[in-house]
Amino acid sequence: MRELIKLFVVVTLFSSFSGGLLAAVRNGTQERIEYQQLKFVKGPALLQVLEGCSNDPLVDRFKISDGKTDRNFFVGIFDGRPSTVALEAFGKGFGGDIGVVVAIDLEDDKIMGIGVTTHSETPGLGSRAKTDPVLSSQFEALSIDEQFKVKADGGPIDAISGATVSSRGVCEAVAASVDIYRRLKAEITEKIKAFEA
Amino acid sequence: MAKTVVQEFTKGLWAEIPPFRLVLGLCPILAVTKSVENGVGMGLATTFVLVFSNVLISLLRNVIPKRVRIACFIVVIATFVTLVELLMQAFTYPLFLKLGIFIPLIVVNCVVLGRAEAFAAKNGVVASFADGMGIGIGFTLSLTALALFREVLGNGTFTVPITGATFSVFGPSFQPFSFMVEAPGAFVCLGLMLCIMNLFGNK
Repeated sequence: MRELIKLFVVVTLFSSFSGGLLAAVRNGTQERIEYQQLKFVKGPALLQVLEGCSNDPLVDRFKISDGKTDRNFFVGIFDGRPSTVALEAFGKGFGGDIGVVVAIDLEDDKIMGIGVTTHSETPGLGSRAKTDPVLSSQFEALSIDEQFKVKADGGPIDAISGATVSSRGVCEAVAASVDIYRRLKAEITEKIKAFEA
Repeated sequence: MAKTVVQEFTKGLWAEIPPFRLVLGLCPILAVTKSVENGVGMGLATTFVLVFSNVLISLLRNVIPKRVRIACFIVVIATFVTLVELLMQAFTYPLFLKLGIFIPLIVVNCVVLGRAEAFAAKNGVVASFADGMGIGIGFTLSLTALALFREVLGNGTFTVPITGATFSVFGPSFQPFSFMVEAPGAFVCLGLMLCIMNLFGNK
């Protein structure tokens, strides 16, 4: 019996120490890990859509809770004013969800640019949604009141030939982010004031 | 303990170099050696775990009851592996993305548990530290050698670890021998290297 209790106590102590240590390290590294994930997964697309901004949009970001999820918003400072916000949303592509960051100008509600972050589309066809600017450039300077649909569905966007489904997914993602933007605009304008120099 | 600390260290580099002499820990060896950068990263992560788990287990060897020793070893090893995983995510995220699932899998790498059971549980702290270092560095060297072989032949490139710069070894007209970077190529390479190792120094 004594032996059994000893076994129990030793294993319990080991596990609790290990749990405590790991929780502490996790707390310590959480912020950095989040930054790294943003930098390497969303960073390239973000810097592309906010090209020419004078700040690091990965650092200047804020969160707004939207229902159950927390959404990340990235601030772009142009000419000293935080005039642009970028956000990510998803649309259904051919091989899975397509993540798209959309930068929107707060002053005239126009899209500054879009960029694909993550996707699992067919290499060479749907993957061109990310690599080939022919699709993403069509969204530039569109008003958020525009219909984000491909021409086959009655919208203004020319789909990539051979990748209609992927192009549709990108449109869907853009429409979704515009939706979020509309819904949360009051809060966004409130929060973004903190970034004014 | 007839051997000196230096001997404990150097045996890991040749006489008991893990994948070739002990033929342990083959899973990561086959899976991650597609490029030198991955090989070195995996080797260093394993070395870190090996050294710290060896030292801690050696320190606690009189506290751990014999009957639950494996469970305790696994808890110690898993703790250090998770630690490495978090640190890699925080500081070397691109490498973490490439190694993916193989980082958490260090927990079940037989080299690590093997050293804990066969060495650290029976020897002092300094000897265990030397043993962990030796085996770890030996493991890293083997991964690097295999990765170098596979990457140069299979891809025609050489990736400098840490900086991530890639060189073309044979120039643009080289037709990659892509069999080498696929899974069967790993087995063939490993087999050839085992063969060469056995030709030399058959003690």
